[in-house]
Amino acid sequence: MSMAEATARVPVEKTYKMYIGGKFPRTESGRYFPLEDQKGAVIANICRGSRKDFRNAVVAARSAFAGWSAATAYLRGQILYRIAEMLEGRHDQFTAELVLQGVGKRKAKKEVDASVDRLIYYAGWSDKYQQVFSSVNPVNSSHFNFSVLEPTGVVSMLAPDDSGLLGLISNVAPAMVGGNTCVVLASESMPLCAISFAEVLHAADVPAGVVNILTGFHEELTTQFASHMDVNAIIYCDGDVDVAKSVQIEAAENMKRVISRVDTKWAEESAQSPYFVQDTQETKTTWHPIGG
Amino acid sequence: MSVTGLPSASGLPDLRQVTPVDEVGVNERVARFQTRSIKKESKIEALKMILSMIDLTTLEGQDTPGKVRQLCQKAIHLHDSMPGLPHVAAVCVYPTMVGVARKALGDCDINVASVATAFPSGMSSRKIKLEETRTAVAEGADEIDMVISRGAFLQGDYGFVFDEIAAVKEACGDAHLKVILETGELGTLDLVRRASVLAMHAGADFIKTSTGKIQPAATMPVTFVMLKAIKSFYFETGRMIGMKPAGGISGAKLAVHYLVMLRETLGNAWMTPEWFRFGASSLANDVLMQLQKQATGVYQSADYFSKD
Repeated sequence: MSMAEATARVPVEKTYKMYIGGKFPRTESGRYFPLEDQKGAVIANICRGSRKDFRNAVVAARSAFAGWSAATAYLRGQILYRIAEMLEGRHDQFTAELVLQGVGKRKAKKEVDASVDRLIYYAGWSDKYQQVFSSVNPVNSSHFNFSVLEPTGVVSMLAPDDSGLLGLISNVAPAMVGGNTCVVLASESMPLCAISFAEVLHAADVPAGVVNILTGFHEELTTQFASHMDVNAIIYCDGDVDVAKSVQIEAAENMKRVISRVDTKWAEESAQSPYFVQDTQETKTTWHPIGG
Repeated sequence: MSVTGLPSASGLPDLRQVTPVDEVGVNERVARFQTRSIKKESKIEALKMILSMIDLTTLEGQDTPGKVRQLCQKAIHLHDSMPGLPHVAAVCVYPTMVGVARKALGDCDINVASVATAFPSGMSSRKIKLEETRTAVAEGADEIDMVISRGAFLQGDYGFVFDEIAAVKEACGDAHLKVILETGELGTLDLVRRASVLAMHAGADFIKTSTGKIQPAATMPVTFVMLKAIKSFYFETGRMIGMKPAGGISGAKLAVHYLVMLRETLGNAWMTPEWFRFGASSLANDVLMQLQKQATGVYQSADYFSKD
């Protein structure tokens, strides 16, 4: 044995696990799928999440909802800023992960830049969207009538396949800044950044259960994401007419909001707007008697 | 003060002779119960059995007659849109609410259980404890859940605890007596076993883990030790004693694990509400949601089940 071999370090590979209720468990099913690079070499074994993992994640999201939706807009904004700061600090790691999954180096760097900026964008909206979308309504009686937004609840998301980091953040940020909690199924072909992003969330004081990230097969889990009775809205970003149809039929069981973001260009400015926040809000109208 | 730890004419066993508990062994055994996979029809039967074994409980300072009546409604009508469900075994309330519960339950055969003996601390005089027990029985309680005096027990005054249980048993008359050991305050599994043996010899019909007011409440290792004590007692005396884990069992999956443990420790004879109960408040809805999931294939939400 040569000296070089004797002193070479044993490589320390990262185990990519899921993120449920502020913890990083493996899938309860014990199933994995290999993620391969361009040349067919295995990069990592990824958890193939099951419907029971999803169920556990919804339980975590539901129990986090009361606290997160009651947090002040200021606090939610601060936490989003904090996520952006943590992500910026790990810029190189995320760029390298995107490159590992086949994204060109320049494009990868731009995607991480855009992801940080998108978080900042929605952090800024935290205490503003309410003013934009709320209203005082003229009514023909002695009532003060006003409408305000309230978060819809637990949002399940099928993250876009072609944008492992930016696509995920573009869906999570507007839902969470509005006080919702979410369960996300990461991009199937590019899941690495989603799990590393969970570490960023974890380091940014996001309360446990507010964002839960699963990895696995979209075809296997879409029905569960759409049918769960304790989920209040579903966002999907890929798939043909048949997928859209089945999601809508399953979602009708408990009248979930169904939000399609198919064909969104995640890198463009059109992929961010306060309407993305409004998508997962309910309008509450109050009739308050006045005068006599 | 009575002579501690020694056999007495009254039937107090020598607790120094109680088999010590191998804690590592207990944990290993318990871990194996949790690996059993109960699916499909077996799961549905298990879930229904769990429902039939629940003591639906409300033991809050803020309880009102209205809340107790609501709980009784829940006990009778678990989820009417699902046909073929059993009803729960009993409703468990404070003594002042026994009359309300008795009336609300009418002539359906759900028992009224009442805690007594200065629940949950047990810090009161024997005279008051006995009076409380008699009052609860007179108001219509079918079952009395008493607490042992943990202070006296931990001090080694076993004779005092023994006599107290025996006296409460006498005050119960025809009502069943469940003896709460409050295992969270006993500290070791050895003491849990000793307290179980003591309670059974003193006349308990059931032994129960916890009040639900102290953490940890029911755990699988503690329940396992108590089940083993029941088994030994049965071999020794030929008398069956019931078991009631209470507090902290809020999920259907965990409750199924308890059933597995019961089946593999005491066998089928104990697998009825007559010999096994779950003391719980939120377990029922979780079981109902699981049953609905089995029927529809869709995960359920608490929004569609009546509050308990």
